[in-house]
Amino acid sequence: MSTVQQNATIAQLSALRDKSAVLKRVAMRPFSSRLLGLIVPAIGVLLWEVLARTGFLQPNILPAPTVIAQTILELARSGELWKHTGITLWRITTGFLLGAFAGTLLGALTGYLSLARKLLDPLLQSLRNIPSMAWVPLFLLWLGIQESSKIGLISLGAFFPVYLNLSTAMSHVDPKLIEVGRVYRLSGIQMIRRVILPAALPEYIVGLRSGLGLAWMFVVAAEIMGASRGLGFLMIDGQMTGRASIILASVILFACLGKATDFLLETAGRSFLRYKTK
Amino acid sequence: MSSADVVNSSLDIQSVSKTFGSNGDGLLALRDINLHIRPGEFTCVVGGSGCGKTTLLRIIAGLERAYSGSVTLGGNSISGPGLDRGIVFQEHRLLPWLTVEQNVGFGLSELPSAERRERVARYIDLVGLRGFEQAYPHQLSGGMAQRVAIARALVSHPKLLLLDEPFGALDALTRIRMQQELLRIWQAQRTTMIFVTHDIDEAIYLADRIVIMSPRPGTIKQIFQVEMPRPRDRAGLQLTELRKSIYREFFTEEDLPEDYEI
Repeated sequence: MSTVQQNATIAQLSALRDKSAVLKRVAMRPFSSRLLGLIVPAIGVLLWEVLARTGFLQPNILPAPTVIAQTILELARSGELWKHTGITLWRITTGFLLGAFAGTLLGALTGYLSLARKLLDPLLQSLRNIPSMAWVPLFLLWLGIQESSKIGLISLGAFFPVYLNLSTAMSHVDPKLIEVGRVYRLSGIQMIRRVILPAALPEYIVGLRSGLGLAWMFVVAAEIMGASRGLGFLMIDGQMTGRASIILASVILFACLGKATDFLLETAGRSFLRYKTK
Repeated sequence: MSSADVVNSSLDIQSVSKTFGSNGDGLLALRDINLHIRPGEFTCVVGGSGCGKTTLLRIIAGLERAYSGSVTLGGNSISGPGLDRGIVFQEHRLLPWLTVEQNVGFGLSELPSAERRERVARYIDLVGLRGFEQAYPHQLSGGMAQRVAIARALVSHPKLLLLDEPFGALDALTRIRMQQELLRIWQAQRTTMIFVTHDIDEAIYLADRIVIMSPRPGTIKQIFQVEMPRPRDRAGLQLTELRKSIYREFFTEEDLPEDYEI
């Protein structure tokens, strides 16, 4: 066996070993650690149920988990649930897409051109420091009480993380990899497409995910400040009518939907970043 | 290769000087470098850090502009990077999101895909990595990654392969193996090689000609012709004699240890 072959075999073996180690890690997660993570919440819910049933917790303050589940079922049966989650999901989707689109555009511009960065970044950075709720009156004044002010607010929430992550990642691409692009005489566009964007992609996906998280935060704010439909409205409605089970049902729905959309984005992102885990 | 090609691919470096920084307080990195490199020749450039050997290589690669003097390859003045010169850096600089195959084919995007595939396969084979086409750089050892980098540099059929301390970050045993591999590839391809290193033994083992550079400012101090047939015996008498004379270029007699056999 030549040294080359020997080398190759050794490397092949170690590659296999790495791969099986990764597989083992992935496989272990659902069985042991995920199960472990469920124990404490399960005990908590059980305790909560018992305390509510035995009258230790007042039903108008903290209703039993089964009562909340029943509320959700009733909402679903009456069609209320779909009406409210539908409009909330629509707002999130449009707002997030708009904000992410603007963030991608400006992030790429400032990340690639240092002149654009010098011109725009200080302004955007200072706007970022304005607390989110401070925008609410302005957006109401500018865009009215209808959908556009809500979507505007949500897209603002999604914009900053996307902008910030993409801009930083693109301007910090390893200059040594850029030089490889120069060796192969890539044009500006080719350099962006073949070197800069793939290198910035992991951080960009992180930006999209935190943008989506903020979009969910802002949708609550937007729907609380004035809406006649949506999960945020349902919450306020529950508060006005003194029904804690409605409030808690909306909270749980927010949590589930937020997690679900993040999962979708994470899965999509992971398929782009396969090279990291393979 | 026809004789016209041979004439056409020689590298001529004439009175090249390079200053970094502004005019007044600039640092003179290279002063009056003259070097003629024949096609197919294996040249090693040896010197300590700061002697300008990497700068010289980067000028040939077209990565450093704004120098004085002239550098021509096959009669054409070098004004920027080009596929007629392949380069291997000290770090492998593979793109982490591309497979071995995609990395090797990175500069071939203009070729039709069938031809590209065929050529990529041939060069992956040449560097001994068949079976690793679909691996990603992080799955490779340092030596393997550097083989991929060599394949990537050679796949576009450059006239000149520039290597900037390519084995400097590898462990001693892998380095020796890679030196043997590089010689094998050179003998198969007959690409002109310019190999920058600070390792005198590496240069003695590899080169037809060893260019010794000295720092502040970077100048060529001495050129040694190595007329020994390959494969060379690293501990052989002739190499030992040559090593002695090269060491003398770097150290004065009293610096020299009694026995500097390695």
